[in-house]
Formats: sequence, structure tokens, C-alpha cells
Amino acid sequence: MVPVSIWRLRGVGRLMGLAWVVWALGGCGGESNRAVVAGGEAAQGTPGALTEEQIRNGIGPISRVEPGEIDPARVKRGEEIFALKCAACHRLDERYIGPPLREVTARRTPEFIMNMLLNSWEMTQRHPTVKEMLAEYFTPMPNQDLTEEDARAVLDYLRQARAEGGGGA
Amino acid sequence: MGRIASDRWGWLFLALLAGTAVLYSCRTGQGGAGFEDAARAVYVPPGEYDEFYAFLSGGFSGQVTVYGLPSGRLFKVIPVFSQHPENGWGYSEETKPMLQTSWGFVPWDDAHHPQLSQTDGVTDGRWLFINANNTPRVARIDLRTFETEEILEIPNSAGNHASPFITENTEYLVASTRFSVPVPQRDMPISQYKGNFQGTISFIRANEPGKMRIAFQILVPGYNYDLANAGRKESAGWAFLTSYNTEEAHTLLEVNASQRDKDFVAAVHWKRAEECVAQGAGREVAAEYRHNHLGPDRAGHSELLTSVRILEPKDCSEMIFFLPTPKSPHGLDVDPSGEYIVAGGKLASVIPVHSFSKMLQAIRNKDFEGEVDGIPVLRYEAVLAGEVQNPGLGPLHTEFDGRGYAYTSMFISSEIVKWQLGTWQVVDRVPAYYSIGHLMIPGGDSAQPWGKYVVALNKITKDRYLPTGPELVQSAQLYDISGDKMRLLLDFPTLGEPHYAQAIPAEILRRQQAQIYPLEQNSHPHATKGEGQARVVREGNVVRVYMTAIRTHFAPDNIEGIRVGDTVYFHVTNLEQDWDVPHGFAVMGAQNAELLVMPGETRTLKWVPLREGVYPFYCTDFCSALHQEMQGYVRVSPKGADVPLSYSTGR
Repeated sequence: MVPVSIWRLRGVGRLMGLAWVVWALGGCGGESNRAVVAGGEAAQGTPGALTEEQIRNGIGPISRVEPGEIDPARVKRGEEIFALKCAACHRLDERYIGPPLREVTARRTPEFIMNMLLNSWEMTQRHPTVKEMLAEYFTPMPNQDLTEEDARAVLDYLRQARAEGGGGA
Repeated sequence: MGRIASDRWGWLFLALLAGTAVLYSCRTGQGGAGFEDAARAVYVPPGEYDEFYAFLSGGFSGQVTVYGLPSGRLFKVIPVFSQHPENGWGYSEETKPMLQTSWGFVPWDDAHHPQLSQTDGVTDGRWLFINANNTPRVARIDLRTFETEEILEIPNSAGNHASPFITENTEYLVASTRFSVPVPQRDMPISQYKGNFQGTISFIRANEPGKMRIAFQILVPGYNYDLANAGRKESAGWAFLTSYNTEEAHTLLEVNASQRDKDFVAAVHWKRAEECVAQGAGREVAAEYRHNHLGPDRAGHSELLTSVRILEPKDCSEMIFFLPTPKSPHGLDVDPSGEYIVAGGKLASVIPVHSFSKMLQAIRNKDFEGEVDGIPVLRYEAVLAGEVQNPGLGPLHTEFDGRGYAYTSMFISSEIVKWQLGTWQVVDRVPAYYSIGHLMIPGGDSAQPWGKYVVALNKITKDRYLPTGPELVQSAQLYDISGDKMRLLLDFPTLGEPHYAQAIPAEILRRQQAQIYPLEQNSHPHATKGEGQARVVREGNVVRVYMTAIRTHFAPDNIEGIRVGDTVYFHVTNLEQDWDVPHGFAVMGAQNAELLVMPGETRTLKWVPLREGVYPFYCTDFCSALHQEMQGYVRVSPKGADVPLSYSTGR
């Protein structure tokens, strides 16, 4: 079992890791810079002042996704990831630690879902919808070290779950 | 109860007190540096990083401590040879095998000499090795995880003190016995020590993780082998060790082992020994010892090894030579060029420095003054490069700054003495508070020192800190050596007794730090990979709880059907994949420590419930706003009760 270092992380994990290092190295005397770097490239201006696109599609590395046809290979992979890393807090048809997810692809854009999967910490800190959800559900969604491809697979799994329809709960 | 002081210690204390009085005035001025300058030099502002990682041996704590330099801030205790209830080391089922020895489970040891791995003589930041003195072993710590991953026991050794010293490409750890003993061990009169007891010098293959092995042991006369250093550059194929008690005394060594004017430095040509072993020299001897390592499943595995290859000097010509060295030498240090071999004769009035090139010349010329058990003894004058005259009292250890200067610790006169290689002239001296043992310059025992600081590792603190009853803290002191004059910057307390230490620029290690263990790679046989697989399984009287932990609940968190007489294993898998989110686990009534489970890993706590009742378990490591909600209950019924096994979460 090989441990992961900052440099082996991909996608936003690495970005955040690097941002964290840069931030940590920033030193004293740069308080105003520090806030910018800490939030990554997207963090411009004051927290809360999000663009309309950020409100719609979330904050993070994903700006555009073409969902296309649901890919069965991605669904299978997404289901495995969901069981391993998500099912401790989410069910499809009932509220558990977090909200039920069968209809989440109807509520949120694909970009929003993937940004939430990849950048949950910043989403929880800054996005008004996620902040409201935190007030309701109490437990912030942790970073589960997904790659962009992992997040894409989970997205297709959730699209398939919606297509299949509710289990009745 | 009472205070025991021999005459010798009495004199020592008088000397120290006198020194203290003289030095007291310096304390306010700190050798002219001034408190403000010194404070500025060691101040690391909040949120900023230290320049170096320093690894200090924990001595009788059996562990390694990690400090930042120049701040002297403690970051971590790495458990190595002693149980550590704080994170379950030696208590969890995964880590118990790491402390197995041929004597069974041993919960403690005495760890002296950390040693960083090297490539081309330069510390490379892969691993840290350290010795166990009492039950002879060496350990390897991975510097991506700061965790002990491998421990190898050393047979035919007693008091594994001259250990582990590394060759310049981490080919070998050199580990020698301080106490000579009957080899192999047998029942015999102590009075027959002379000629019957022997020492061993072990060469341990170290450059493949999980596969540390003793390549060969060299059988040597029954002296005490004290410290060592491997050659580098020109002297790369050699290792050098100090010995004392060449008198072969077995009682009252402080008198009987201090008779001769000179003892020996042993020069071992390990490249030559390798050739001999490759040609089949020596013999395979039965010996039982253990090799323990954390496998890919991150669980400890202990295997019993049953033989070792032993070489005697007669089996391999020109493999080992003795260099006469005054007097009861302790430290042995080779300079960055590999040419100068410095021995700290703790009872000597000079610091002798041998020359590697002169040694080779003397070997070629057969410039011997005698022979001991088939080992040629070279003539002192033929190998001597020079002597540092009047260095102080009780020279022990020497480090190098890479700019042509050496720094030697003086135990009795409690000071660091700076002298110049080649001229052998003392150029500066500075007091240490008090009774300095080892000293350490980052990389100062390698081909590439970072000669900015020297750290003194002191045995006695006396009046330096607020007193804490009869047992006072040990300490380290940091000196700036970037200028002509050494300058005391900082005192900082240590955990256990620091013997040797190592340090490396922070940049080398910081980038490679592991943040998590990937869940998908978790191959622990009792891992629970997803909350959907959480379950409880009965196997006769053994109950296995396959439990997951994530912010902020355990699954399952209600368990019934356990009975008095059962043995319960809580296999806790931390499902987190985020940095700095370990979960803890403790259950009431456990005669055991807690677990600390890192993100993505599985750790197991054994619990034998003694009394019926309903007992809580909870997360011990504050993990989130709802940490106080992270708990559960386990019901214990009487022996023979028919409460069915059941488990649930959230129902």
C-alpha cells in the first residue's frame, strides 16, 4: 500500500495541496496575498462574491462537462467508488448523513456535482447553496481524494441511478 | 532512597560547578551574541517552517523524536522499539509483530544512533535507521510516513552500540557488539572471559525495504566495540570502529579496562569481505533471530531466521586491521573527504587523527607492530596524520562543517572544540551546559555537511530549566557555526536521553510526505472497504467487528450478542481520504491502548470483555464539529446467553 504525497495527487487534490504549500510558505507580511492563494485560482475578490457561473456550476476545476450518453463502464466504476467512498454518508433514496442522491442530477448541473466531489472544502466554505445544506445536515462533506475521472464515473453512476428510477423509499 | 555519588562523580560535579561559576557571567551575554540576536536567529514566525528536520535518538525511551531547527520545536515522537499507547504502536494487532524477538515480545529498548540513508555519501531522505542496544536490533523508518516499517534482530551480539553506521550508498549498516560474549552463547564461567568471549561486526544489507538481512558477521577478539563510521570517497569500501577494553577485563572495567595507553581502531575492508563471501569463505552458523516488517497490507509480519554467515579474519586475508589509538577511544568519525579518521580517546590528552592513505601505504609496506588473533596491528606512527594537542578533557565525538573544520565534543570539560583539519590547531571553543555527549551538524557525518548549525546533545541540565523533582530533563543546544566563532543560540529540552542525532534540509523531506493511504490499495485481510460491508462475524469464541469510521460515525455503532468469554477484534478502517483526519478508537473495559487509524488504513484492537453490561466506544482524536457524537455501544451478555449476534447503524 503506497502512501500518497502532494506530488502524486492529481487534479484539484494536487492543486489544493500545492496551494496549501504555497500558502504555508507565503510567510508573514503577506496577509492579503495569503487569502487569495489559499482559495486557489478561482478565489478572487471577497468570499461569497461568486460569479453567476460559479453559482450554477460550483467552484472548482470543472468548468464544462458534456455528459453525452451514459457510459456503462463509467457506471460500474462509479458504483464501486460510491460504495467505497460515498456510501458511508449517502443513500440513493433516503436521507442519511447527507441528502439522498437519486435525483441529484436533476437538481444540480454536472459541473456542480463534479466540483462538489473534487473541491468539497471550498464549496462548503463559499458556495451559498452548500452553506445552506451544511446548516441542514451539520456534517461537511470531506475530501475523498477523487481524480477527475473518478468524479466523472460517479456522475454517470448517479445519472444511471436517476434513469433507473426510485427504489420506492 | 538517597543520593549516591562516587568520588569520581564528586570531582566531576565540583569541576562542573567551578565551570558553571566561571561561565555564569557568559549566560547573560551568550558569548557576545546577545539575546536579541540569538532570538532572531531561531525565531520561526507562526505558520512558517523550520530550515531542517532533526531526528534525535530517544535513548532509554526507545523512540526517535523529530524536531525543527533552528526553532527546537518538537513535531513528533516516532515509536520504534518501545510500545506507544498514544497511537497503539505495539498494542494493535498489526504492530505487535514488530516488537517480536527471539526472546518473545519485548516492549522496550534503548535507542542511540539514528542514521539517514545516503546516496554517494549524501543524505537522501529515504530512510532513517536506528539501533536497539539491549536486545540487539536495527530498525528502518520510512521518511514518507515517519513510521517504523522494519526491524531486524542481530544474533551473536550483546549491547548493539556501534550501530547502525551506514556505507555511502546504503549498501550496508555496520552494527557491532559492545559487550563481548560467548559466541555462540553457552553456559561458562565469567572468569574465563579472556580468549573465550568474542565480539561480532555485522554487515546488514539495507537498501531494499522489507528485505534487511545480515550479509555476514566478522568474528573479532573479545573487546568492547564502541562506535563506527564508514569510509567515503577514497575510503568507501571500508568501515572503521573504535574498541576499548583490549585488556579483556570482565569486572570493574572503569579500572581494569583503562590500563593500556592505546586500544584499537578496527579498519574493516568490507569490499574485500564481500569478495571472500562470494568465494564461499566463512561458515553458515545456526542462530535464531527475527525479522519483522510492515507488509503491503500495512500489518506487521514476523519471521524467524535460523542461520547467519560468520567470517573469521583467518578466512579472508587483508580484510581487517587494527590501528593503535589512545586511550579507550569512544567516537569514530571520518571527515567528508574520506581521508581523515578521527577517534575520540575519552581518556586521552590528544585527539588522534589517522590518515586513510597512510594506512593503505602501511598495509602495502607491512608496517606492522604485531598481530592479534590473526589481525595485523599497524604501527601508530605509520598511520597517524596528526594529533590535536590540548583539546580539552574527555573528547568523544567529532562532526565536520565541510569548510575544513572539525568540531569535537568534550564530555568532562563540557565544551565544543573547533579545530582545523591539516593543521590540527584548535581555533575556537564554546561551553556546553552540561556534559555534552554526541554533537551533530546536519550532514556532518557525510560527504556533504550543511555546516550552519551544530547541536550539542547533553547528558545533564542541572540549573538550566525549572526543576522537576529528582529527574531533570535532558537537553539539546543549538549553536550557529556559520562564522569564525561558535555562538550559542538556543536550549531546548529532549524526550528521553538524546545520544546521536541526524538532520536534513526540510525541503528534501517536506515534498515527499504522505498524506493518506489510498483506500483502494488497502489490502489488509480484515479491511472494510465501504460502509456497506461493515459487519460482525462470529467464529467460535472469536468475534470480528468489521468497522468503518468516517466523520462522524462508526459503522456498526450498535452491537449485541457478544458474550463474556469471547475475544473481540475491532478491525477499524478509516474511510477518510483527506489529510490530517485520523480517527481514534477506544472501548471501555479494554486492557489495552487506543488505536489511531490513519486515513485509508485498517488497525485492530483486541478486546476481551470481562463483565456483562453495555459499554461505550468512541473516537479519541478530535475529528469534526460532531466528534463528540462519534460513539457507539456494545452489549456484553453472560456466558452462554442466547442473545443473537446483531449490529446496526442508524436504526
